[in-house]
Amino acid sequence: MSDHKTMTLTLIVWRQKGPNAPGKFETYTAKGITEHHSFLEMLDVVNEDLIKSGKEPIVFDHDCREGICGMCSQVINGVPHGGQERTTVCQLHMRKFKDGDTIYIEPWRAKAFPIHKDLVVDRSAYDTIIQAGGYTSCHTGGVPDGNAVLIPKPDADYAMDAAECIGCGACAAACPNSSAMLFTSAKVAQLAALPQGKAEAAERVKNMLETMQECGFGNCSNHYECQAACPKGVNVKFIAKLNREYLKSLAS
Amino acid sequence: MILDGKCPTGPIEKTWDKHRFDLKLVNPANKRKYTVIMVGTGLAGGAAAASLGELGYNVMAFCYQDSPRRAHSIAAQGGINAAKNYPNDGDSIYRLFYDTIKGGDFRAREADVWRLAQVSNNIIDQCVAQGVPFARDYSGYLDNRSFGGAQVSRTFYARGQTGQQLLLGAYSALSRQIKAGTVKMYNRREMLDLVVVDGVAKGITCRNLITGEIESYAADAVCLATGGYVNVFYLSTNAMGCSVTANWKAYKKGAFFANPCYTQIHPTCIPQAGDYQSKLTLMSESLRNDGRCWVPKKKEDLGKHPSEIPDEDRDYYLERKYPSFGNLAPRDIASRAAKEQCDDGRGVGPGGRGVYLDFSDSIKRLGESTIRERYGNLFEMYEKITDENGYKRPMRMYPAPHYSMGGLWVDYNLQSNIPGLFVLGEANFSVHGANRLGASALMQGLADGYFVIPYTIGGYLATVKPGTVTTANPEFKKSVEDVNGYANKLLSINGKKTVAEFMRELGGLMWENCGMARSKESLETNLKKIPALREEFWKNVKVTGTGAELNQDLENAGRTADFLEFGELLCRDAHHREESCGGHFRVEHQYEDGEAMRDDANFCYVGAWEYKGDGKEPELHKEPLKFENVHLAVRSYK
Ligand SMILES: Cc1cc2nc3c(=O)[nH]c(=O)nc-3n(C[C@H](O)[C@H](O)[C@H](O)COP(=O)(O)OP(=O)(O)OC[C@H]3O[C@@H](n4cnc5c(N)ncnc54)[C@H](O)[C@@H]3O)c2cc1C
Ligand code: SF4
Ligand code: FES
Repeated sequence: MSDHKTMTLTLIVWRQKGPNAPGKFETYTAKGITEHHSFLEMLDVVNEDLIKSGKEPIVFDHDCREGICGMCSQVINGVPHGGQERTTVCQLHMRKFKDGDTIYIEPWRAKAFPIHKDLVVDRSAYDTIIQAGGYTSCHTGGVPDGNAVLIPKPDADYAMDAAECIGCGACAAACPNSSAMLFTSAKVAQLAALPQGKAEAAERVKNMLETMQECGFGNCSNHYECQAACPKGVNVKFIAKLNREYLKSLAS
Repeated sequence: MILDGKCPTGPIEKTWDKHRFDLKLVNPANKRKYTVIMVGTGLAGGAAAASLGELGYNVMAFCYQDSPRRAHSIAAQGGINAAKNYPNDGDSIYRLFYDTIKGGDFRAREADVWRLAQVSNNIIDQCVAQGVPFARDYSGYLDNRSFGGAQVSRTFYARGQTGQQLLLGAYSALSRQIKAGTVKMYNRREMLDLVVVDGVAKGITCRNLITGEIESYAADAVCLATGGYVNVFYLSTNAMGCSVTANWKAYKKGAFFANPCYTQIHPTCIPQAGDYQSKLTLMSESLRNDGRCWVPKKKEDLGKHPSEIPDEDRDYYLERKYPSFGNLAPRDIASRAAKEQCDDGRGVGPGGRGVYLDFSDSIKRLGESTIRERYGNLFEMYEKITDENGYKRPMRMYPAPHYSMGGLWVDYNLQSNIPGLFVLGEANFSVHGANRLGASALMQGLADGYFVIPYTIGGYLATVKPGTVTTANPEFKKSVEDVNGYANKLLSINGKKTVAEFMRELGGLMWENCGMARSKESLETNLKKIPALREEFWKNVKVTGTGAELNQDLENAGRTADFLEFGELLCRDAHHREESCGGHFRVEHQYEDGEAMRDDANFCYVGAWEYKGDGKEPELHKEPLKFENVHLAVRSYK
């Protein structure tokens, strides 16, 4: 765990002024990086250098830097979030890289996620999918006691597994069809597993699926790249659950 | 001026019910004629926007992230308190009230805290109805754990991601209202000014962070739910974008800033590893349910692997000093105790700034799988950051800035001294006094949002005519000019130092001289150095790019400029408060055993500061605190 060794890396980064501007890769050098730097802290170092030399820093989304807000979104060497299992870019540490490595950094690429600038994309389509039904229609106040309806532990745990999703968009970015199925299914499955969500289950799955397509996401053809890229380990079994819920909704 | 919190009087257990009844109502058909601005959509703002929209008001909601689902509430790990008493271990509304007043070191208002404890139970019901997957036991009932400063188990949780699940619950309610058209959501907007017309809050000025455009929004009332300000320390557990900006701009328009010196330093965070570090990561307090804090008794043992140090050579300092609360001593106390051990030269890890949090006894007792089930994601996070396995080797922890108890001053209705300006959640000062207990911030945010503001804002709106002011009012135009002028000034300096360099320097001063231990001298140092640093900033900062585009360097520059002003106010408040209470520890005021010494004769009040103009001293206003239900006493956890 010595801090004495530092690394020098070559970064090849997607730069794009605006949504309609042509983008291109630019090459930068990251110097003085230790194994304890997080990936974003490494980019901070590069940006400080850029600012000092009067150049515009690389723009990227981030906020919590602890893997929970879902804001960070970079494709590293072709893999959304960089390929460490269950890890967001902000939690990726430089000990996973070697001195002299060359690293490609790109934004999410999906038709439904247009680029704002550099590595920042517009993910509002995910909000639109939730607005189509990712809730229970309870009012504020006037609800029963929390223990009035018992929820078997396996159901609560299953719902929680699905609810781990941080809405980052890596699943659509990883999918060859740019499908948002893993994201959509996580919410459908969470609410379908709970008694509180059952009343609206049929409407919900229909509306959310329809909206997903309207937003420009593709269909799922079982590549499972989404699950591999998902930083929260959201499982493709929820897609199967969504499909079952969808069939049920057609019958109802 | 003596401030009046407008608290209802009479028996405390009736105050909220009586007040609700006394509040004026807006008739249902008229609600849609009123527009409310909600700045911030974390737990407080998200819950409030959804609830107000559902009532029929016209809501405009704003956040700086790309989605309301990403507010910093998402990062809360451990849990949320409520007085349900499901475990039958002696909890009650009164006990939660009492613990919160005592936990806050007797520096909060009784009536506000009572209300919080009273509505805490409704929050759990609300979240369950939304589909929040709280932890359950095998019989299907809700499960509880313990948090610091309490001897009952009243904390509800969803793995180590309680904040995430609660926020996604509020976000889902908000999404439903967005779909219904009652709430219009403005993402990626940063509020940069409050617009006050004839002394009344009537709107805001925002920067569209994508296009850079400066936009005006008018409404009949403005709510700020913009979170806390501990990023003034630079390194903290807050998200990178958390700032004092919204609160500060309101302060400069006349809103009083209350108790800015009450900041919480959380005892268990991953120690800093290097200068490049951008933030500190919290390890939830819930870990202290099963982890034991210790340092070696003997300095000679510092170099040893922890497993080589036998039990008798370990100092379980919290259990030694506070036998009745042990490892679950409140945060301010646990943080100071950790610092004490490290100052004594017995801290572990790089620089001697760390204590162990050891799970080996619990693993022996319960098995690794139980510990994994309870805290798996926290252990995983610890390993990602430190490359060490917490199951095999005790974690290393050190205190870090975490939460701000201070905030804009509000009365019992959550209204600031500016009519029409309401403040919710961490952004206000109201319920935590000088120290917040664990799992009580989520409770406060949701209480304010779901169960307080929907009533109290009606009481105000019922007294004003809707839609009297539009963005055509000259105050809006002036505000846009000011905001544009400010940005242009920042962009034109073109100096030599980066924004991050200034922020690191400010954070260093704050942590060194106004952190866990403060003295007259250290604060006076800051009161000289911060203005000098600010002056240098305005001469020598380098901000790249232009205002008419997505420009994160400019965003950070604006936030840093505000912290450079606010930091001074924080130190001024700490300097004037010649006592120790909760998170505010003045080394001159302590008992022989090092415990904080309050001065109730002289400081039993809320200190609220009024802006008097740049370069002028702010004026202090006091709101005396009365304790009629809990006796003012020395706070002891021994
Ligand atoms: C790591 C961590 C763990 C925690 N764990 C717990 C816990 O276990 N239990 C507990 O009770 N509490 C916990 N807390 C504290 C608790 O999470 C927060 O106090 C609480 O969530 C704050 O909620 P809020 O709604 O007031 O603010 P936030 O969630 O911070 O929301 C602020 C909102 O304001 C917006 N905003 C801010 N400034 C502007 C601006 N200028 N313009 C426009 N929008 C703006 C943001 O976009 C955001 O939407 C934890 C805190 C941290 C940091
Ligand atoms: S399912 Fe996984 S990859 Fe997709 S948005 Fe959720 S967390 Fe991100
Ligand atoms: S920055 Fe929040 S998840 Fe990465």
